[in-house]
Amino acid sequence: MADSTNSNEVNPFQKQKNKEEMQKQLISFALMIAFTIIAFIIVATGMMDSMFVIPVLLILAAVQVGFQLYYFMHMKEKGHGMPALMMYGGLWAALLALAALGVITWW
Amino acid sequence: MSHDHTLNPETMPNEPEKATQEGQNKFIGFWFFLGGETVLFACLFGTYIALNSSTADGPTANDLFGLELVFIMTILLLTSSLTSVYAMYHMKNNDFKKMQLWLGITAVLGLSFLGCEIYEFTHYITDYGFTFRSSAFGSAFYALVGFHGGHVTFGMAWLIGLMIRNAKRGLNLYNAPKFYVFSLYWHFIDVIWVFIFTVVYLMGKVG
Repeated sequence: MADSTNSNEVNPFQKQKNKEEMQKQLISFALMIAFTIIAFIIVATGMMDSMFVIPVLLILAAVQVGFQLYYFMHMKEKGHGMPALMMYGGLWAALLALAALGVITWW
Repeated sequence: MSHDHTLNPETMPNEPEKATQEGQNKFIGFWFFLGGETVLFACLFGTYIALNSSTADGPTANDLFGLELVFIMTILLLTSSLTSVYAMYHMKNNDFKKMQLWLGITAVLGLSFLGCEIYEFTHYITDYGFTFRSSAFGSAFYALVGFHGGHVTFGMAWLIGLMIRNAKRGLNLYNAPKFYVFSLYWHFIDVIWVFIFTVVYLMGKVG
């Protein structure tokens, strides 16, 4: 390590790890694209009953967002306790806001 | 390996974005900001869902939206999310030139997305007379989608500013957190868009 003068150098183990991480992220990207296409096809072809479509679309969206947060934004990695606290805190307040707006609209 | 406390170490640490105290603070602080943004967008979504049938005899969601353009915009933004992942991959391998290249691709995709959105809004305004003031649905739609577009615009200015400012500096422990925090912001923009294309466009087409 001490004789390394080239600042472009990264140790081979870490480089391999980064590569494996990148492959996982590519797979999650492919899945996200697939979910997007499925969602658009369901709506474009009108193949599902409209009572049934909305929950399916929301589930597809939630799974995609999970991939974004946990793979692309690295929330699955160590040292992300605070980010998880912030996001779930935010989601909790978001649900309260949505519930409140729903109640005053449709009660 | 001895730890030198310079911003330009001979060998980069594994996670250059979190190697300094300032970097760690930026990381935590930015996630705090994203938590707040979640609440903000939830309020806009809630307003939209509550008002999207109040069209005041104007055009409805089903009349306006075309799925083709929305699909193209979705693919553009989703791909730009992946290219910023590639940029961070090269940052972790300490390859500044490749990082700049992938950030450049991200910028091109982001600007194309913005171009599509400007075209979409102009189309609604000129061909349908559907504006911010035409109905409660119009106000809620432009507030939500326009606010997201404003975030994209801000992100583009941020990214291009970062790329130009650091072009001659190269990658170091001072600017690595800046690039990393931008990539978090960009992914978050995509998270919001996933809900916009689902709740606004696809559910608008379903009825």
